[in-house]
Order: sequence, then C-alpha cells, then structure tokens
Amino acid sequence: MNIHIKNGRLIDPKNNIDMVRDVFIAGGKIAAIGAVPGGFVATQVIDASGLVVVPGLIDLAARLREPGYEYMATLESEMEAAVAGGITSLACPPDTDPPLDEPGLVEMLKHRALDLNQAHVYPVGALTSGLKGQELTEMAELVDAGCVAFSQADAPLTDTRVLMRAMQYAATFGFSVWLRPQDSFLAKNGVAHDGEVATRCGLPSIPVCAETIALSTMLSLARETGVKLHICRLSSAAGVEMIRAAKRQGLAVTCDVSMNHVHLSEMDIGFFDPNCHLSPPLRSLRDRAALRAGLQDGTIDAICSDHSPVDEDVKQLPFAEAEAGATGLELLLPLLLKWARQDKLALPDALAKVTLQPAQILGLDAGHLSAGAAADVCVFDPDACWKVEPGALKSQGKNTPFNGIEMQGKVRYTLIDGKLVYRS
Amino acid sequence: MKNPQLNKHGELQHLLTTEGLPVGIIRDILDRATTFVDISDGLEIKKVPLLHGKSVFNMFFESSTRTRTTFEIAAKRLSADVVNLNIGSSSTSKGETLLDTVDNLCAMHADMFVVRHAQSGAAHFIAQHVAPEVHVINAGDGRHAHPTQALLDMFTIRHYKKEFHNLRVAIVGDVLHSRVARSQIHALTTLGVPEVRVIAPKTLLPAMVENLGVQVYNDMVQGLRDVDVVLMLRLQNERMQGAALPSAQEYFKYYGLTVEKLARAKPDAIVMHPGPMNRGIEIDSSVADGSHSVILSQVTFGIAVRMAVMSMLAGTK
Repeated sequence: MNIHIKNGRLIDPKNNIDMVRDVFIAGGKIAAIGAVPGGFVATQVIDASGLVVVPGLIDLAARLREPGYEYMATLESEMEAAVAGGITSLACPPDTDPPLDEPGLVEMLKHRALDLNQAHVYPVGALTSGLKGQELTEMAELVDAGCVAFSQADAPLTDTRVLMRAMQYAATFGFSVWLRPQDSFLAKNGVAHDGEVATRCGLPSIPVCAETIALSTMLSLARETGVKLHICRLSSAAGVEMIRAAKRQGLAVTCDVSMNHVHLSEMDIGFFDPNCHLSPPLRSLRDRAALRAGLQDGTIDAICSDHSPVDEDVKQLPFAEAEAGATGLELLLPLLLKWARQDKLALPDALAKVTLQPAQILGLDAGHLSAGAAADVCVFDPDACWKVEPGALKSQGKNTPFNGIEMQGKVRYTLIDGKLVYRS
Repeated sequence: MKNPQLNKHGELQHLLTTEGLPVGIIRDILDRATTFVDISDGLEIKKVPLLHGKSVFNMFFESSTRTRTTFEIAAKRLSADVVNLNIGSSSTSKGETLLDTVDNLCAMHADMFVVRHAQSGAAHFIAQHVAPEVHVINAGDGRHAHPTQALLDMFTIRHYKKEFHNLRVAIVGDVLHSRVARSQIHALTTLGVPEVRVIAPKTLLPAMVENLGVQVYNDMVQGLRDVDVVLMLRLQNERMQGAALPSAQEYFKYYGLTVEKLARAKPDAIVMHPGPMNRGIEIDSSVADGSHSVILSQVTFGIAVRMAVMSMLAGTK
C-alpha cells in the first residue's frame, strides 16, 4: 500500500518543517517528503489541500480502563476514540483492576491492543505491587513484557524509603519513573483547589503545598538516585517554579500537564459541575497562567489528555461524590489548537508538545515524519468547527467540562504504520 | 452563567443558597415572614391554605430533627401534605442512586423537595435534575449553604435592629465547616451590612475567606469590640480528632462566648446561635440564657421564614 498525501501543509517540529509538502508512504514507513521517490506508484492519494499534515499525536496519559473497568470503557471504544483524535501512540497508566503489576497482564493488554490494529499502546507498569506502595514490582520483567516506564498512578506512596528504593532499582536498569506529585495526607478527602471557589462552595480542598511537598520529595530522591524522573500532570504555579529551578540546576527531569489544566481553572466549577471534578484539582487562574508560561519556556515538556472515561452512574452525583476525571482523547488536538491561537504560538511549537516531546519522554523514535520513520500521521482540517456533544464522541466516556463548547480543528485522516485507520 | 435558583422571569424557582440572591427577593421573604409571625402568634388561626393540595417531601439524607420539624410545621401551617423521608436509612443504602431517588419522588407528583444532604452542592444537583414544576429548598448541603437558617437569622436581626446598613456583625467559630456561616455572610453582605467579621483560629477558617467580604479576626476579644450582633456557630466534636483543635476546654477559653467577652460588644448587642448549642464549649450558659440572647426567637421566626419561602415558591399567587 503506497499512499501519497498531497498538497497538505506539512508540520514536523523535529525537522523544522512548516510548508506545503507532499508525503509519500510505502511499506508502513515515510518513503519521502516533497519529491516523489523513484519507482513510487500511489495506490491511494489523499488530497490534503487546505489541511494540515502532522506526526500522529502521542498521549502520555490515556486510561483505557482494561482490565477491570470495562463498564466504564473498553479497549475497542477508547482506541477508536484515540484515532478519531489523531492519536497514534498512547501511554496508559497502571491504575486498572488489577493494576498493571504483572507481566501477564501487560502482555494481555499489548496483545489485545495489537489485535485491534489501531494506536500503539505503551503500558506504564505499576511501580509497586498492587500500587500499594510497599513492595517493588518485577520491573525488568515488566519491561520485557512491554512496559515503557513505571508509575504509582494516583495511588499514594507515603513510605519515602520504598520510593527511594523503587527509584534506585529503576535507575539500575535505566527505566523511567513517572510520578504525580500529591501528598496524600494534605490531599485527603479534598476535591477542589484550596482557594476562593472551594471556600465559596464549601468543598473539601487540596492546598498547593500538597503538590510542592511531594514534588520536593521526588526531586530530592531523583537527585539522590539518578533516576529518570517524569512528573505527571503538574497543577500549580509553585510546582512549575520548582521544576524550572530543578532543570536549571541540571536535573534530568521532565514533566507534563493535562490539557484540562491548560484551559480550565477552579472558576469553571461554577455551580458544582461534576465534570470539573478532576485530579489534580483545577487551580486558580494564576496557576493556569503559570502552567501556560511553563509550556512556553520549556519547563513543561508535554501536554497529555489525561483521558479518564467515567460512566454516568458515578459521574452524575454531587461534586465531591462524583468520580474524578474527564474524557479527553478526541479533544486533545482541538484544545491544543485553541491554546496555540489564544497564546499566539507558532503551530510547530504547540504541536511539539503532543508529538516530538512526548516521544522523547517515552524514549520512542516517533513523533516526527523523517524519511524512514513509521508512517504515523494525522491530517486535520484547522478550520472545521464542531460542537462537543456526548453523541459526537467515540469514547465511552461522555463526561467532559467542554460539553457544548465549539471546537475548531477536526481530524480528517489518521494513519498508523502507513495504514489509514480513520477518516471523516 | 444562569442563576440556577431563579426562573426566566427572575422569580425564585428554588432556594439553594443566599449567594447571588437578589436583595429584593430577600426583602420579600422577610416581609412575607412578618405576616406569618402574626399568624403564628394569633391563637385562633395557625393555618393558612396557601399550599393546600400541594405535596412537600422532606428528603433528609443526613439526620436532623430540628430543621426537619420546623419545615414540617411550616408546611402544615400552609396546609400542604407533608411526607418525611429519612433517606439515609432507606433507598440509598440499598444501592439506589441519588438520581433514581429523585426521579421516583418526582413521579409521585411532588411539588416541593426540602433537601438536606452531607455533600456540598447536593441541592444544586437535585434542582438541576427535577421536573420543571418541582421546587427545591436547600435545608443544608455539606459545608456549602443553609439559606433558610441564614434568612431566619436576617429576620431576627431585622426584628431587633430594624436596619442592616449601620451594623457590625461578628460570626464566631468553625467557619471552615459551616454552611450556616457561608449563607450568613452572603445574606449580610447582600443586605448591606457594612462590616462582617469572622472570628476563629486559623484551623477553622477556609482559604481566602476575606474574599467573601469579611474581616478576619483570630482574637475574639478584639473581634467582638463594638459589634451589634454576635452569630455563634456550633462546634462539632469531630474537630478535636481532625487535629483542628487541641481540646474543648482550650476552645472555650479562647473562643467560647462568655459574659466577659460579650462585654466588648455594644451594650445592646444580640447573641444568636443556629442550634443545637454546646453549652460550655462555644457558649456559656449565662450568655445563652442571658438578656442578650435571642436564640429562642430564632426558632420561632424560623417557622415563619420557612412558611414565607415555601409559599413564595409554590403558593397560589
């Protein structure tokens, strides 16, 4: 199957390309950019006039809910949602039931995903057995089974000795440890940022120091152990500043932010909208501005969807009782474009946060369209407008704070390994 | 954002919070309550037919005897049919979701729900999901709001002080966990009280509370200086376990209302408490039963204010 994507505006942050260029795909790989390679005969031509051609998006946090939570979402539904969102690779956190703490579970997930022939799935293994924060998992075995990093997901790891040992062990093999910074005592029962809105609404709150205290522990232990540390879903201005300082001091730390936090703040909770019950909590407008500034100056490396499909029974409840999380795979690209428009960013810089940068965090040779690279491609219409409605989403999770909001930018074609897996 | 408690004509559809409640509506409720105080005082007629044929469902997901009883009395004096549902011990414990419970009760042709729930925002949630003709009154949701309590407090203040624009009011105690305090603050600031103070140790104050339009005092003796109204809050015993306070004794010494501390307030200051009181913890008996106390008036006025709210929502116009 030879595909010729013609007349599209090609944006490839890694190769510094932003111009109209044809893309030639053969044997699942990028055969050439610009000029037709010798002997190339297209079996399919995609006319991308007026469209943008970019590397397939890479999402660092997408919950597929398998195994264990199939009532919330299935691999089938969420993989379909991913390609509809132009996402060709995704990392899934280990917070399944049971958690991804045994090679067999990881192999099963990889196998199921492979059968579906859609986005590449990169499981993040559990850092501790059962995510209980007590015993280490068989990290090397888990990597052999397909894990790309290790994480506690949102489960607490209060024993700092265990955390240090886990980092040391991971560092032994050169594995990455991904952690979300939140002190579990300070965050206990909290559902909203400890600020004006929580005070007004009477919601149990989580102070910013829950993030900074945990972050300080994690950064200290990373210095101590030399582990490759990735910080997941930063939420506060103070957190951004700590990462900035750590990077300035030369610590090899990377971090991401959820797309929800790029756009929303505590104010969006309004009259207790359970769709805005997220973890970490939406913080103040000042925090949101700092997260955006951190993205611009490179302190924050990547943006993830933090996709968490939740079923209606556990979402349609009073705010604090509602399950945290929102669906996000299909909103990642339009919300990225919205952010780029709002902050007047060059599109290649914005797109790097969901292509090249997450690929580097995952240690993958992906997120670019160099000749010879896997042909994971997203082609989108930057002008097409659509409205977020539950019925319009492929994901089984219909819960999102962006319900009813007009989006600009729609995926037209998604290709994975040179195969057209989605078109609209 | 649409105010969820007003209909498209700007009239009261639900009573969920005093926040954002137009001052005109608050005054209407207080004025209407005045007429019911007269009814309740008159010996011959205690009942009016304003809610005749209407069904009021008391949905108490969290136990409360006093508030439920006053709502029940208020509804009965308006000639409504009252159904008391102690939901904490029935459907939800059998696994029924809150929405299912609400749908079922709507199907029984309820006209009004009086809701008490342990979660902040529960009344808003129910109001968003009821049939359009059903009215919801928030009888207390988590730490968020208890609007009828605040309105009866406003009624009591107006009864004794006549005006709001010249008052200095202090709210004392566990503001952090108090739905009453939040509703009082919004009602007082809406009615034009120029100085609202909150007095508490830092462990019992929520973040950025000053943004609600109050002045913060950690020292009760300073905070009570020259106030016209002292609104005491109930202290839950759990606060000692959550490390918010060391002991009830120490709390009483520094934040309990005693005759000595009250002497800092204006000579004609009134003392109020939403009940039930913890004597010897947040308030000394000599104050609770003393000449400044109007605590029992609050209870009496509470029925009139609840009658006013119910009849405004669902009464024959």
